[in-house]
Amino acid sequence: MSEATSNGPVLTQDGVPLKTSLAKALRREKLRAFLLIAPLLVFILITFVLPIGDMLWRSVENGIVRDTIPHTIESLADWDPASGETPGEATFAALHVDLLEATKEKTHTRLGSRLNYEISGASSMFRKTGRRVKKMKDENFKEQFIKVDKKWGDIEYWRTIKQFGPRYTGGYFLNALDAESTAGGVSFKPEDERIYLFLFQRTIFLSVSIMLSCLLLGYPIAFLLANLPVKTSNILMILVLLPFWTSLLVRTSAWKVLLQQQGVINDILVWVGLVNDAGRLVMINNQTGTIIAMTHILLPFMILPLFSVMKTISPTYVRAAKSMGANDWTAFWRVYFPQTIPGIGAGSILAFILSIGFYITPELVGGTSGIFISNRIAYHISSSLNWGLAAALGVMLLVMVIALFYVYDKIVGIDNVKLG
Amino acid sequence: MPATDDAFVRFSKVQKSYDGETLVVKDLNLDIAKGEFLTMLGPSGSGKTTCLMMLAGFEPATNGEIYLGDMSINNVPPHKRGIGMVFQNYALFPHMTVAENLAFPLQVRKVAKAEVETKVQRALDMVELGDFGSRRPAQLSGGQQQRVAVARALVFEPDLVLMDEPLGALDKQLREQMQYEIKHIHENLGVTIVYVTHDQTEALTMSDRVAVFNDGVIQQLSSPDHLYEDPQNSFVAQFIGENNKLNGEVIEISNDVCTVKITDGTILRADKMNVDAVGDGTTISLRPERVELDPAVEMDNMLEGKIEELIYLGDHIRVRMNVAGNSGFIAKVRNRGDRRIFAEGEVAKLGWSASDCKALDLVS
Repeated sequence: MSEATSNGPVLTQDGVPLKTSLAKALRREKLRAFLLIAPLLVFILITFVLPIGDMLWRSVENGIVRDTIPHTIESLADWDPASGETPGEATFAALHVDLLEATKEKTHTRLGSRLNYEISGASSMFRKTGRRVKKMKDENFKEQFIKVDKKWGDIEYWRTIKQFGPRYTGGYFLNALDAESTAGGVSFKPEDERIYLFLFQRTIFLSVSIMLSCLLLGYPIAFLLANLPVKTSNILMILVLLPFWTSLLVRTSAWKVLLQQQGVINDILVWVGLVNDAGRLVMINNQTGTIIAMTHILLPFMILPLFSVMKTISPTYVRAAKSMGANDWTAFWRVYFPQTIPGIGAGSILAFILSIGFYITPELVGGTSGIFISNRIAYHISSSLNWGLAAALGVMLLVMVIALFYVYDKIVGIDNVKLG
Repeated sequence: MPATDDAFVRFSKVQKSYDGETLVVKDLNLDIAKGEFLTMLGPSGSGKTTCLMMLAGFEPATNGEIYLGDMSINNVPPHKRGIGMVFQNYALFPHMTVAENLAFPLQVRKVAKAEVETKVQRALDMVELGDFGSRRPAQLSGGQQQRVAVARALVFEPDLVLMDEPLGALDKQLREQMQYEIKHIHENLGVTIVYVTHDQTEALTMSDRVAVFNDGVIQQLSSPDHLYEDPQNSFVAQFIGENNKLNGEVIEISNDVCTVKITDGTILRADKMNVDAVGDGTTISLRPERVELDPAVEMDNMLEGKIEELIYLGDHIRVRMNVAGNSGFIAKVRNRGDRRIFAEGEVAKLGWSASDCKALDLVS
């Protein structure tokens, strides 16, 4: 009996539960399927999941303070920065022990530069002290330290050391949000020191602009491609895909040649007489340059999903609309356009997400006003070596994209996205 | 101006070419009366759909005039022609509900909102889908989608409705049911319908008149019974219904009857349809159900044939015979209780009257 009895699971003819039997029958297939994807799985784990995990980890990891000056951190446990007094002699003694050890390993300079991210002057303070610490006498450490560098008598430095004592810290994220933790709790930095929120804002604004200009330019092209005879549309399609076969760097550099003030476009405009020689347009090393060059680069990502969606829309819909009395515009707007929304969604998401993390093009043509948050992340990774902050900024970018994706899903619906 | 008063749609010397070299429609002249159900029937590539598209306004006529009422509509864009249309795959707008689909033609005509609702509901009731207004087309079965498409083409009360193979995507049973429904709607509303199909049963079931297309030319334009009984040429005879072909030569013509000597020497008498003179080659067309096996009385044409195969089909038995050198000769025998039982290999007598077989142009 393979039908469900009133109690108990469904059994096979042999009395084995049907589910067990089914699982057994499917096990081989599942194993095969798993083996087929295993190489890719390993690849993704190593090249994608692990680096991202590492980045998430680095944005909060802060072992360096505790590892370099463990005794100092321990003795700071009882100290309350709100008391208004610098730590006592015992703490300075512990610091002496720690620094003797650290100078041997030469790790005190690294700690100095780490703390310098939080409070300027920390780097020189540790380097200076490191040079003198061996010569210190075994008494009156506090006095001797302050003599070497009077910053040791400044309560703010001690507060910072105590604050970054724990193994994990939210400090990088505070920094990434242009905030800082002061004696009065968490607050935004002074107006003139804020940079990241502004950069995030600009990144989003520019990405949206690029996405919209891709849509405006790509929609008619996709429409044309989808409605031309196959022979013609194939040739045009090659033209659309051509940029993919050219190096990104070459394309961006080409824009430099075209857009600069002594460049091709300005020359033509002057020659035609639309602008005079003194009033050559500034189209590069600013936001305009970034938007133009990136729209060009991301256009295929908008055209392709639009094209594949439009290709599936039968021309009879528009004909039907016209037969019912709709003029060209109504037929397009009420019948054709709504059916292309999945393509618009897919193309916009693609263009937006790609542009929000773009690096090379804004770096080359963006100047100072056209750079993205990604350029700042790159700066922290390769120049300032503040990897923790770079990681925190990266995490925020990731969270932001996921959040926007979520909002998009709520408004448009992710199942309304069609890539082909 | 149309010559006759009762012509509602008129094709006058209409020609159509896509490439400037070959004509898809060659000199079409056709009058359609108001309230008529006219079917354009033909194999694919015969030009029937092109004619419909020219009437709807989606294809311009290369030459000639198309009149609707007494106005030439050659330069009227499709959305101003006021012609309802049902498409092959229904073309229901997938992003709108059924009610929104039906409301669309009314909204673009700026009909008042309350009136739109009444009309939509009435149209839905007409096709017995009164409760389905809020559904999406994808949630409907094929037959229901078909009905919505018909209702949508009718909801703005056009005088002329075009249907382009609307039942092609349905299964056989549903197709038959829909044929009757469309026919009844036509009878109740009195609209003029121009219907395109390649299915002859559909054409015969529904139409007042059928225009059989082939090669860009109307081969025959007549009522369904005439089409079947009196085909004007071999193409129509073979395209409509089943048909036995016997090739031969005309040896005598007297009035409407001619005598034909077929290839193996047998002499037959047949209705003269489109043969001109003695000595012409001809193909005789004969419907299988008109063949009498073992005839009780003497008939115009009496032959003998060997039974090759018997196929039992319930209401009738198909008998494949070798008659006059033609081994594909089919006779249909009605399944009566008192019928004689035939056996394969048996040689049987058969006969038919001269008026049941038509002498037509020769086809090989």
